[in-house]
Amino acid sequence: MSEPETHPSLPLAAIVAFAVIAILPLFLSDWITFLIALALAKGAVVLGVVLLLRGGLISFGHALYFAIGAYAVGFLTNRFGIGEALVGLPLATIISALVAAALGLLLMRFRGIYFAMLSLALSMILYTVLIKFYDFSGGTDGLSVRGFTLAGAAPAHPGLVQYYLVLVLTAAVVYVGARFLASPLGYLMQAVRYNEIRIEYLGASASHAILGSYVVSGAISGLGGALVAYLVGHVSPELAFWVSSGDFVFVAVLGGTGSVFAPLIGSIAFEFVKNYALKFSPNTWQLTLGVFLLVVIYFQPQGLWGLLTRLRARPR
Amino acid sequence: MNILPIILIDGITFASWLFLVSAGITFIFGVLRILNVAHGSLYAIGAYLGATFILQFAGREQHGWITLLLLLLAATVVGLTLGPLIERLFLRRVYGEDEVIGLLTTFALFLILEDVVRLIWGIEPYLVEGPFRLFGRVRVAGIAFAGYPFLLTIVAILAGLLLWFVIHHTSFGREVTCVINDREMAGALGINVPRIDLMAFALGTFLAALGGAFTAPMMSVEPGMGVSVIVLAFAVVGIGGLGSIGGAALGCIIVGIARASAVQLFPEIELFVIYALMVAVLLWRPQGLFGAIELRKI
Amino acid sequence: MGSPYALAGQATVTAAMIDVQNVSRAFGMLRAVDDVSLSVGEGETVGIIGTNGSGKTTLLNLITGYLQPTSGRIVFQGTDITGLGPRRVTALGMARSFQIPQLYTGLTVLDNILIAIAAHSGRSADFWTPMYRSDCVTKADELLALFGLRDQAAATVSDLPEGGRKVLDVALSVILEPKVLLMDEPTSGVSARDKFSVMDTLMPALKRGRVTTIFVEHDLDIMERYAERAVAFDGGKIIADGPVADVLARPEVRRAVLGES
Repeated sequence: MSEPETHPSLPLAAIVAFAVIAILPLFLSDWITFLIALALAKGAVVLGVVLLLRGGLISFGHALYFAIGAYAVGFLTNRFGIGEALVGLPLATIISALVAAALGLLLMRFRGIYFAMLSLALSMILYTVLIKFYDFSGGTDGLSVRGFTLAGAAPAHPGLVQYYLVLVLTAAVVYVGARFLASPLGYLMQAVRYNEIRIEYLGASASHAILGSYVVSGAISGLGGALVAYLVGHVSPELAFWVSSGDFVFVAVLGGTGSVFAPLIGSIAFEFVKNYALKFSPNTWQLTLGVFLLVVIYFQPQGLWGLLTRLRARPR
Repeated sequence: MNILPIILIDGITFASWLFLVSAGITFIFGVLRILNVAHGSLYAIGAYLGATFILQFAGREQHGWITLLLLLLAATVVGLTLGPLIERLFLRRVYGEDEVIGLLTTFALFLILEDVVRLIWGIEPYLVEGPFRLFGRVRVAGIAFAGYPFLLTIVAILAGLLLWFVIHHTSFGREVTCVINDREMAGALGINVPRIDLMAFALGTFLAALGGAFTAPMMSVEPGMGVSVIVLAFAVVGIGGLGSIGGAALGCIIVGIARASAVQLFPEIELFVIYALMVAVLLWRPQGLFGAIELRKI
Repeated sequence: MGSPYALAGQATVTAAMIDVQNVSRAFGMLRAVDDVSLSVGEGETVGIIGTNGSGKTTLLNLITGYLQPTSGRIVFQGTDITGLGPRRVTALGMARSFQIPQLYTGLTVLDNILIAIAAHSGRSADFWTPMYRSDCVTKADELLALFGLRDQAAATVSDLPEGGRKVLDVALSVILEPKVLLMDEPTSGVSARDKFSVMDTLMPALKRGRVTTIFVEHDLDIMERYAERAVAFDGGKIIADGPVADVLARPEVRRAVLGES
């Protein structure tokens, strides 16, 4: 189905949401604040997955960019002693974008299952390198990320500063994402899913559209990974493991592809469910997720966001 | 120490271990056009059930050949019960949809089964070394190897031959081949496609469970054991070609030898070579070494 | 090589717009297009008739680069385009509509039109400005009006009736403002009432724009009304090529196409 056009009240809702999230730390514990920040940062990666999902392409390897961004920060702080976020974040984003450009050239000719498998394989390559090359990456121990500074200053409450940093950057990513989805390239990506022949007969290239989307997707995922590195204070190879990619795909599907906000909402829901489920019933949280995913697949393919818009559209 | 026999034998045993799981995945994809992420969980369930049977029925010492029969029985039970159940209840609804939907569905099943295993068997590892001890050590080319992996190789070869026989010399096999080549045409020719789907998935499940059951004596049976297997199996079917069992066999051998060589010569890249090979093959021939490619007509 | 069928008033020796030179296309043993030569001059309106399977759609596939000929050359405005794919051929100034409409079925009619407009104005790589820019929307609106699709602008394509999808498919090719427009059965599936109204608006507009038009058609009424020149296909070969009235009167054409004896 055609993605719903941006509802006129959405930008207002977004501003309200931004304001609400901004004042939350006053009322909530440090742990909850951390969870929200973590969820938002990961939400950027999920948005990256969604950009491709719109074209019918499932990336089962987006953990690659998540890990690249995280380890970029990891190396910068751990090996070079540079904890400055204003250096680390742009660096992580640029490196991710460059890798995405290179790998995108390979991936852009693939579709469906093959795209999924190749993206999976590429992320697993990074995983195997991170695991085994101890001197290079710290192996399974990973790297600690310490000495976070922002504009040269080491904050007294790093968690709080990071929270606002994540909030601002996530808002920026959402803005870029919104413009992307409404742009000709964004619509062309949807077209890729429906009819590539027609695209060629318009003089455009499906592969080039995919490449463009992939680069933007990789960049914002790398940024998400970098933010998580600062938040958590540690990076390890699991970030690149296929299960990590699976989580991003899960949230993308759960939230739906209907809007730029869906990944964030889905991500927050996911982190909170995971957090509490792990605490109270560690042997059933994956089961719960699995059941949720099945319900979405069978009954509500547009995800939670599709459900929300359907509910809103009902009174006519 | 002559490493060539080590590489060969280590490679073949690794390949045998992988073959049972990957043959199942590729076979299921050929028939149902679904890439089954939950196959790793089925492998794990086979291992857990096999361990349970041995611990229940083979006594404390876990003596004798009966243990092998129990493993085979466990795999059969999984194949005959869990296979049809999953196919009927969960997969049947998504046939004909985008293949990506199938992938997501089996991913959901994987999540569910991973917890089902924890709920049923707990999180402590199970150890069933009886069968492993049964085969002691074997000397090949002057080097001592554990004997049990050779059994695994025999089981894999037998399974492969059985599969080959079933596909080429039984009516079920002919019908399956028909469905693999053209689902719609098969239905039009009067083949009971839903029944073939069910039996094919059951057979694939049996193979995965067989792999798991016969692996149980070799390692501790614990939660998450399916997680690494599945992605290795994906590498193999990517290399061999989705839907091709011969491709899976060849893919397993290539991956097995490559990994074994890495372990001996350059241990850091042991896992790297597997995925590097997968990428290399996918870039060169997206459909894998033996897969078939489909074109769209206007 | 000029086209001897150019309209009165035009220069009689014009460089061919499209020159199909001894083109063949075989599928195994089947020669779908068998040593076909066709030369179409600028501004001509050519109708192609023939029974199903006589090679008409294959010829369009060959000209637009979707299929490669097994032998022969295709020249477009003096440039050899044999072997180029649809994207390059479209960029050179050719557009095509399909027997089975090729549309973005999950998107709306307006989305489809706007994507085509964006592609035509070279904005395919634009990921920043909205596609629903007011000037583009205005242009889209004009096009929708031209094709009678205004009321269905917000409809999802998969909900459209066959006729609407056909018309939209034609519209997408016209948006590209091509020098050569190839249409494969533009009125099939369109209701009798709409057939003529769409063609009555479209064909004169194409004439005014001096668009070279080649269309495949089953409906002889449409052929007689809108084509100046007719090319008849049978068994992969051209069996007649000339002014419409002449060709349609020929017994071998009537036998092959209509089954008259």
